[in-house]
Amino acid sequence: MPGLTQGFALSEQNENVLSPRQMALRRFVSHKAAVVSCIIIGVLTLFVILAPFTARYGVNQSVQAPPNSFLSPRSNAWLGTDDIGRDLYSRLIYGVRVSLLIGLASAIISVTLGALVGAVAGFRGGKFDDILMRVTDLFLAFPFLVTLLVVRNVLGGLPWLKPITGEMNSVRFIIVLFSIFGWMGVARIVRGQVLSLKEREFVEAARAVGASRRYIIVRHLLPNSIGPIMVALTFSVVGAIISESTLAFFGYGPQAGDGATSLGILVGAAKGAVQTGFWWLAVFPCFVLIIIALSINFIGDALRDATDPRLDRGA
Amino acid sequence: MLRYILRRLAWSVPTLLLVTFLVYIALRVGTDPVESYKRVNPRASRAKIQQYIDINGLDPNFVQGYFKWLKNFITGEWAPSIKGRREVWPALKDAMANTLRLGTAATVVGIFFGLIAGVLAALRPGGRRDVFINTSAFVGISIPPFISAILLQLLFAVYWQKWFGASLFPTSGVYPAGHTGFDLFLMLKFMALPTIIVAIQIIATYSRYMRSSLLDVLNSDYMRTARSKGISERRILIKHGMRNALIPVVTIAALDVGSIVGGLIITENIFAYPGMGLYFLKSFGEGDFPLLMPWMVVIVASILLFNLIADISYAWLDPRIRLE
Repeated sequence: MPGLTQGFALSEQNENVLSPRQMALRRFVSHKAAVVSCIIIGVLTLFVILAPFTARYGVNQSVQAPPNSFLSPRSNAWLGTDDIGRDLYSRLIYGVRVSLLIGLASAIISVTLGALVGAVAGFRGGKFDDILMRVTDLFLAFPFLVTLLVVRNVLGGLPWLKPITGEMNSVRFIIVLFSIFGWMGVARIVRGQVLSLKEREFVEAARAVGASRRYIIVRHLLPNSIGPIMVALTFSVVGAIISESTLAFFGYGPQAGDGATSLGILVGAAKGAVQTGFWWLAVFPCFVLIIIALSINFIGDALRDATDPRLDRGA
Repeated sequence: MLRYILRRLAWSVPTLLLVTFLVYIALRVGTDPVESYKRVNPRASRAKIQQYIDINGLDPNFVQGYFKWLKNFITGEWAPSIKGRREVWPALKDAMANTLRLGTAATVVGIFFGLIAGVLAALRPGGRRDVFINTSAFVGISIPPFISAILLQLLFAVYWQKWFGASLFPTSGVYPAGHTGFDLFLMLKFMALPTIIVAIQIIATYSRYMRSSLLDVLNSDYMRTARSKGISERRILIKHGMRNALIPVVTIAALDVGSIVGGLIITENIFAYPGMGLYFLKSFGEGDFPLLMPWMVVIVASILLFNLIADISYAWLDPRIRLE
């Protein structure tokens, strides 16, 4: 019977024809977890943008006069306080703000870079392509944290890079570092996409009417790879947020200058809280990180299903 | 086949040299070994510093320095660590043994349960079981290992102790402090939590691989042929399905060693488990060049080795792949 119903669905769709974009949207909406994730991320973003109103205290403000350290959750500190009496709930909002900024900024930079490099490599082929793939293979084969730490130090050790990277424990440095890492995975995906696209007729047609290489890449190849690029973008955001937390967890993250914080710094503080039994310091930051990672991953997953027509699950 | 293996082996030597050269440059730029030495030994005489530079190959010229280091490394003249002037090899050997034990345990547990979960999911695609396994795997992949480590530690060690008097699993080391000798049961108990955390990631990854690979196989023509011959469903699944579905999974498993080591580094650090990860983070934090270089060589060599195993196993398992 599934054949029959599918036939019905097809004929129905033929009557009111959907554009590819509408079809993609319909497929995306049918992924329930992704829709919920979108709402969660939306609410979170709103909270973070409106930080001056949603946070109850300043980043560095203590909730009450001492004794105020390690208070368990209560009415004047919903999620408890940390070692010097600051409100965890407010700090989480400020921390997520910095983390989302790091995630978005480094994802956008690395995806732009990766898409361009991948498109050029896939389109031109040859030596450039070979070298590029070798280098990415090498980088991706290494344990991630090791490469991250070593490259971080190399970046910090090159004085002529200072104007771009800033201080080694600044947020800017972290963004530059993640951009340098992130583009490789994206470049690979886009390259694969371009390799198959460039054999198609419309590219041949463009070439036949004398379009330049640059024109073909910018007007034909990149727009047609927008699906995988969008998917890569979402996964890069999660990747950067988790990497930042990992770095901060091991003490190599951005430093809390002027009491600014990040999700990584808060999660890092959880390490010390485990043994002493201040469970709220461990549970809440970890929980927020898990929620963010899961939601964005679900969105990316749904985007992948939605933009890849071959994967039509008939839903 | 033998010729292929030999040629691949011959190729991996220059690769190893090239990569270690890159690592050498990265460490020299990134950690400044001479500075680290002076920092730990502020009153070292000029002759001492020169001796340190000579044995580690830290000449101003990177190419010359690298070959000097390489010569000393191969002839076994390893410099002692900067901090505490310890012999490097015994420390590295212990770390390798500990990590190998943890890594093997986690990989065996992880792949075993991962494959089972993948098969169960693929048998009835779209069913409730499939959705459950797939979603759990998705969640498992999304949660970074240090987060699960913190939460499990909090639950099984700290709060278990509060609620039931004794903690279920210890949270650090291989043995309790002061323990000597070998005790299998105690060791397993100490390894339990780190193993679970690394294994969660492996299970999640492999159940997905196995599921998609087995689904591909189940839809192929030779499966239909096998069914039409009247072979029992069970036999079809094991002899035709599993065998073929495992080919890509085995290859990925061998290529994945880098990410497993990555998970181990994080987990070892949290549980103070004295393996390669703890070794790396400690010596990296101190900029201890004599400790770091041999570690890097071991890691690069094992990644190359497992790449080789992946290629060979691929060719061996799937005779259709002809290697030119």
